[in-house]
Amino acid sequence: MTFEATKENDVLVLDIDGQLIVGNRQKFKDKVLKELESGERKFLIDFANTGYIDSSGLGVLVSLSKKIREQGGELRLANLNEDLRTLFELTKLDTLFHIVDSRQEALDSF
Amino acid sequence: MREHTEGIRVRERQSDPESAEFDVDLVSDVRLIGRAVAYLSERCRAFAFEGSLVDLNLRVSVTEALANAILYGNREDPEKTVRMEARINPTAITVRVIDGGPGFDPDDVPDPTHEDRLESPRGRGVFLLRRLMDEVEYNEEGNVVRLVLRREEG
Repeated sequence: MTFEATKENDVLVLDIDGQLIVGNRQKFKDKVLKELESGERKFLIDFANTGYIDSSGLGVLVSLSKKIREQGGELRLANLNEDLRTLFELTKLDTLFHIVDSRQEALDSF
Repeated sequence: MREHTEGIRVRERQSDPESAEFDVDLVSDVRLIGRAVAYLSERCRAFAFEGSLVDLNLRVSVTEALANAILYGNREDPEKTVRMEARINPTAITVRVIDGGPGFDPDDVPDPTHEDRLESPRGRGVFLLRRLMDEVEYNEEGNVVRLVLRREEG
């Protein structure tokens, strides 16, 4: 898995390429926390190129969502394919996150 | 990131058009899981298992089983290995994951979708296994899990 962080206006967009799973989730978490610490408040995670996510990956997203909220920030998730949506629905995490269809829609929603 | 192919060993038991049977041994390092799951997925695709059945059900479940074995079974002890025994035939994929740990009680896992636990970062692994596989069976000690995924009818 690799990820790229780009700034679109005042939104930090994170693209995850590959799997967000137990073996690499910490790297992703550390990056987002660092950005949160340095003052970023609007986060968008784009899953267009994400393969699959396991329970550890979901756990990291849950934990980041909480930390971002505690700092008065906002998080959006975009471009989940059908399998990823199923995963969020099975775990009922679709009720916890603000999930939008496209990157643009997510950017417009802040 | 460094590649960890050296921590994985495959032993072929049987391979013909009707079925494939092989063992994959992994050093107890969670960074190896992605590669082991990718290998298993490719072998399953050779039997025309495809789509969500592989991309979601198989990949997520086997990742969970291997992660549990490495983290909680072997406690990431690099001296210990986890074995994944796979059997693939045209109708089903059967995977047994065996670790060298003391085991755990899979029934002692609370429902992670309960509203009180929805924001917990942990506790979704066994739940996902049970929702994504056709059969999930632990041995009495709780250190061997057997997963079965059947081809969808029609």
